[in-house]
Amino acid sequence: MVCVRPSVREIGPMTVDYYGIDEELSEEERLVRDNVRRFVSDRILPDIGRHYQQGTFPVELIGEFGELGLLGANLKGYGCAGMGDVAYGLAMQELEWGDSGVRSFASVQGALCMYPIHAFGSEEQKERYLPGMARGEIIGCFGLTEPDFGSNPSGMITVAERLSGGGFRLNGTKRWITNGNLAHIAIVWAKLNGKVHGFLVPTDTPGFTARKIDDKFSLRASVTSELILEDVEVGDDALLPGVSGMRGPLSCLSQARYGICWGAIGAASSCYETALAYAKDRVQFRRPIAGYQLVQNKLVHMLSEITKAQWLTLRLGRLKEAGKVRPAQISLAKRNNVAQALEIARMARDVLGANGIMYEYPVGRHMMNLETVYTYEGTHDIHTLIVGQDITGLAAFE
Amino acid sequence: MKILVPVKRVADPDNANKVKVSDDGTKVTSDGLEWKMNPFDEWSLEAALRLTEDVSKKGMKGDDGKPLDRIGEVVLVSIGPKDAVQTIRQGLAMGAERGILVEAEDSSLDSHVVAQVLAAVAQKENPDIVFLGKQSADGDSNVAGTKLAEMLGWPLVNYATSIRTEPGSDTLTVTRALDGGVQTIEVKMPCVLTSTDRILHPESVKNGVTPEDHKYPESEGGRYASLKGIMAAKKKPLEETTLEALGVTPKRTEEYVKFALPPAREGKATVVESVDELVEKLHSEAKVL
Ligand SMILES: Cc1cc2nc3c(=O)[nH]c(=O)nc-3n(C[C@H](O)[C@H](O)[C@H](O)COP(=O)(O)OP(=O)(O)OC[C@H]3O[C@@H](n4cnc5c(N)ncnc54)[C@H](O)[C@@H]3O)c2cc1C
Repeated sequence: MVCVRPSVREIGPMTVDYYGIDEELSEEERLVRDNVRRFVSDRILPDIGRHYQQGTFPVELIGEFGELGLLGANLKGYGCAGMGDVAYGLAMQELEWGDSGVRSFASVQGALCMYPIHAFGSEEQKERYLPGMARGEIIGCFGLTEPDFGSNPSGMITVAERLSGGGFRLNGTKRWITNGNLAHIAIVWAKLNGKVHGFLVPTDTPGFTARKIDDKFSLRASVTSELILEDVEVGDDALLPGVSGMRGPLSCLSQARYGICWGAIGAASSCYETALAYAKDRVQFRRPIAGYQLVQNKLVHMLSEITKAQWLTLRLGRLKEAGKVRPAQISLAKRNNVAQALEIARMARDVLGANGIMYEYPVGRHMMNLETVYTYEGTHDIHTLIVGQDITGLAAFE
Repeated sequence: MKILVPVKRVADPDNANKVKVSDDGTKVTSDGLEWKMNPFDEWSLEAALRLTEDVSKKGMKGDDGKPLDRIGEVVLVSIGPKDAVQTIRQGLAMGAERGILVEAEDSSLDSHVVAQVLAAVAQKENPDIVFLGKQSADGDSNVAGTKLAEMLGWPLVNYATSIRTEPGSDTLTVTRALDGGVQTIEVKMPCVLTSTDRILHPESVKNGVTPEDHKYPESEGGRYASLKGIMAAKKKPLEETTLEALGVTPKRTEEYVKFALPPAREGKATVVESVDELVEKLHSEAKVL
């Protein structure tokens, strides 16, 4: 028999699921979603507002991310969980339901740092770094963007030269690098004889400096840094042997963007759930504002966009699991989901009225975070151009 | 040490508003409900996992690939429809070694039948402990554990707040919180236990193997299932059986006559200006003073 009494433990609000997408998921995928959600609800939400306000990343939780298996979760072997891509995506969704900065940490560690070592590293590099990175003991950062080369990273200035006695010397500046000041190891993309290569640079190497970028109004619960490399000398074993050219960093970006597609749904869901609950509670002109057509229009728009994004992204995940996904398909979803999430966050902010600008509610934080998500990992417009090129065969970048 | 932990799926207590009663009031409709492991079962499962592990060997594996941190066996049993498998998987993902699903319609069960089934499973499995939740969050009947102990003829300690034992010992030292103080009971295994939320306290369970000074994290529930645990759970044995196969002839002692949703809550909040006014209102309006 089933009769229910009030909550014994706060498990957090339910997942937005208007079309019963739950039934399309495997048991394992549902377990991942539910356990990560509970972790986020118990361990991240209580303190994330304070971290955001103070501009700090919750470093105290990194060990727990590792224990839960959130770092490099869809990689096989080397202490990684070996989850399917949809289960991994759901984990990213739940993390970003908490905060985009927290999801960014996991994306950078797993998709931008562990993935290239896993895909392009030597056996020795994999053994040396991956198990510790999966446990959260070794933190990575990914240095591609430079002050003068953002959307056009192939123009990068950072260079590597081969030293006559073996090893390489690196010079250049990377900017907007997530985890830069937390990292033990930086994956630095640099030109060696005019061709882009990846280098694993321990951050305590002489000549390597990381400078934290403060004064941001977005992604505040995440560390963003500038990396300065001045005659940084590394051994031969620092080079990622398996790839050269822009294919290296771009394949990492595809992995991370895939996670962002899911993450954006999480942030949007948090905003929608908050706006719905608030609107039902808030009385103006003697009625809950949820009873007014204009407010319902906003709520329905949010739900509608979240539902579309869920199905779009689930299909994308199944394509990825089947090894059939094309980068432009990931671009389409990143572009759509993040833009919709940002719009939903702005609407939710509006529904909450003045309370919408308070730290007490998550919507303002999500709204500000999503401005970053809209720009990083390929701006919204750059993804438009990628899909545009894919369907017309004509590149409109230059 | 082998511990049998019964786990029940209950409608997510956080979505209580979705529960509906059929038009004729004879049953509760479960369509569209989200299911969770009964929180009280989760506390007992957490305690059972702590009793059967050595946290100093966490994450270590033997040459045979078996985890070295597991020094006992936790067997989960759930009685319910096929969907209840998901609840068992959650427990397996948290660390239990295997599961048993006894297939039955929710509507055919009452506390007595549940105790009958558990007694049959316990007789087959011969655990040292059957560790139940003190009640289920839906029925709140609070009798299955007691009935089970009676049927098995085993000692029973309800509402355990801490447990201590040593490897190889056949005795558990269990405490219970009473109004006037703490009661300490020595109980011989095999036995039946239920727990309260104090069992989740960082130092409530000591098995003589996990280092004495180890502190579990503060938590209001059981441990999270890790993604690796979820992957591993897929490969753990899960046996499906039936009442008939267990030789149980269900004898219901309870009959559900009628279900009704609680009346919508009324209640209103009034903001008062001063303590004096509050006291006045508690006296004259609320009549509680
Ligand atoms: C918080 C944060 C964290 C980040 N973390 C990392 C990290 O870990 N590692 C890393 O390498 N980078 C990181 N980045 C950098 C990020 O990837 C870049 O900011 C992004 O690629 C955009 O580059 P840009 O800022 O130089 O913008 P620009 O490239 O200067 O773009 C400015 C505007 O011009 C538009 N534009 C550019 N080119 C074209 C064109 N051809 N046609 C039409 N429009 C165009 C863009 O769409 C945009 O609207 C991070 C950024 C932020 C904000």
